[in-house]
Amino acid sequence: MVEPANTVGIAVNPTPLLTDELDIVIPTIRNLDFLEMWRPFLQPYHLIIVQDGDPSKKIHVPEGYDYELYNRNDINRILGPKASCISFKDSACRCFGYMVSKKKYIFTIDDDCFVAKDPSGKAVNALEQHIKNLLCPSSPFFFNTLYDPYREGADFVRGYPFSLREGVSTAVSHGLWLNIPDYDAPTQLVKPKERNTRYVDAVMTIPKGTLFPMCGMNLAFDRDLIGPAMYFGLMGDGQPIGRYDDMWAGWCIKVICDHLGLGVKTGLPYIYHSKASNPFVNLKKEYKGIFWQEEIIPFFQNAKLSKEATTVQQCYIELSKMVKEKLSSLDPYFDKLADAMVTWIEAWDELNPPAAAAANGKA
Amino acid sequence: MSVAEINKNEVDIVIGALNADLTQFLSSWRTFFSGFHLIVVKDPELKEELNIPEGFDVDVYTKTDMEKVLGSTNSTMFSGYSCRYFGYLVSKKKYIVSIDDDCVPAKDPQGFLVDAVSQHVINLETPATPLFFNTLYDPYCEGADFVRGYPFSLRSGVPCAASCGLWLNLADLDAPTQALKTEQRNTSYVDAVMTVPAKAMLPISGINIAFNRELVGPALVPALRLAGEGKVRWETLEDVWCGMCLKHISDHLGYGVKTGKPYVWRNERGDAVESLRKKWEGMKLMEKSVPFFESLKLPESALKVEDCVIELAKAVKEQLGSDDPAFTQAADAMVKWIQLWNSVNSSG
Repeated sequence: MVEPANTVGIAVNPTPLLTDELDIVIPTIRNLDFLEMWRPFLQPYHLIIVQDGDPSKKIHVPEGYDYELYNRNDINRILGPKASCISFKDSACRCFGYMVSKKKYIFTIDDDCFVAKDPSGKAVNALEQHIKNLLCPSSPFFFNTLYDPYREGADFVRGYPFSLREGVSTAVSHGLWLNIPDYDAPTQLVKPKERNTRYVDAVMTIPKGTLFPMCGMNLAFDRDLIGPAMYFGLMGDGQPIGRYDDMWAGWCIKVICDHLGLGVKTGLPYIYHSKASNPFVNLKKEYKGIFWQEEIIPFFQNAKLSKEATTVQQCYIELSKMVKEKLSSLDPYFDKLADAMVTWIEAWDELNPPAAAAANGKA
Repeated sequence: MSVAEINKNEVDIVIGALNADLTQFLSSWRTFFSGFHLIVVKDPELKEELNIPEGFDVDVYTKTDMEKVLGSTNSTMFSGYSCRYFGYLVSKKKYIVSIDDDCVPAKDPQGFLVDAVSQHVINLETPATPLFFNTLYDPYCEGADFVRGYPFSLRSGVPCAASCGLWLNLADLDAPTQALKTEQRNTSYVDAVMTVPAKAMLPISGINIAFNRELVGPALVPALRLAGEGKVRWETLEDVWCGMCLKHISDHLGYGVKTGKPYVWRNERGDAVESLRKKWEGMKLMEKSVPFFESLKLPESALKVEDCVIELAKAVKEQLGSDDPAFTQAADAMVKWIQLWNSVNSSG
């Protein structure tokens, strides 16, 4: 049995890192009570709350947090017709928060994620670990058997080429979850009682050329390096699929990071995932995805971006063309998705014009 | 899979004896080696008699045995740390587990001694998943599974060719790194086994390793010798080269290589600063090896492990031979190794 940490009595972090350079993006439809327990670690930071569902509902944000909140009316107002690329009635809408942010880093977390405990019982400051992961280089070109070589007490092992020891910039930090694991519906149905109690004390770089299932529950990234590729797709209302938003983004960002020589890390930090979603509801959402992913994965594994694609936006537009060309035959949904990918980039560039980006680049 | 299901008759534990007195080593492993057959291979350059305690089912091979099989010119292939490969050659078992003679059982965070042998066999008996990364690591172990987004068609995995274990206390760092951080010891017990993804290269350490001999035996090649190769790991690269070959061939044939648990406790031995005094050519050789393996494509027609090794040796000679004589020697050794393997194992 694993329990969340009790953070009552823990003082707010007196030396929070990067408060002027990081936004926390939280999609919500219910309430943000979970932020009470995150106070010690998250209160110093600015929140971008993306309210999904009924815009007339009032979302209460706990006292003391500095935030901006966007509901569907705001999204429609700000993006106009381009709002069509932002999902409705699905947490995929969170990517709107990435787009409107003016910061260098984003941390996104689900509203049913609590603070975890490490094996010594100490509360895990997940954001601090994500920041460490992002500020430290990645090593995608050669696997280090002692995992993160830059960590205290670790290093590169014998045989690790010296020319690769400087590493590359880290674009994404993918955290994990104790308690309710991120299983798909069929697995949830077969193992409803399984809980993740294993705390694996490692951060590692996912090698170049390798895809992975990116979960959006506990995720941080460098917006300057990879932001435009973090589109969470078309899910939810009016769409044939759900619970593939983060997966789609994960496949796209990995192909682009591999192409641009950026790193993606996975492992620590853990959060405590408290709520198990309904597996029958999930099955209905995922159903098509389970079949489609058999085609989608080889598509991404074989996707080759051109030498001329040197910015994230260029890579993403190229990818959208490939999606239209190669996946439309799978289902007309992908034709729509490819268009939405382009709309997303147009909206991103509109909200983040290059001059403004340069000014925001350094704190 | 549990410890109880392991068939001990399918395993050989191969120990390369670089130290003559194996009493402490074998006594410390007694509980976990019990019931298994051991092959101890004595470094042909070691002069003293081996001291092996009673109570083990062990076959010992020395320089004389090597010469019987190979003829007197060939025992240099098996000198120093490479002596263990002779054990791989003559074994008749499905799985080999090999641990350096300066390692003892480690303790897990709960204080229990780690049964490295059983963990290696479990790793080898369960599928590997090199084609897609599972963020919860080993999906087949108790309490874990494949995560959302993992393609169903890839969930049965592929055969596991090798299990690369890790080390607490003295980690397998190179001489410059250990010399710089003289006090650094590995105290981090990472509770995971994972498959190293296909196409990803890694430095495989020979200190604590196991493999499926039936599947990939010939690919464990004793080939790359440093000019000043010594009797401490800091002065060798044979296992790293062997590992690069093994990983490449495994990727080509669709097998997997796992890394992570089990841990062993590696005792203090040698002096990294002393080892630094030797001209450390290993660094140069690795720099050349990486782009070579990265761009290497074995022919589709190479379907047997032996053929893969021969093709690899050809490519090494062609592309790296002019860079350093060590590579030419490695290529020749790889060809010789396959000849030996075929002749020793032809009677089945």
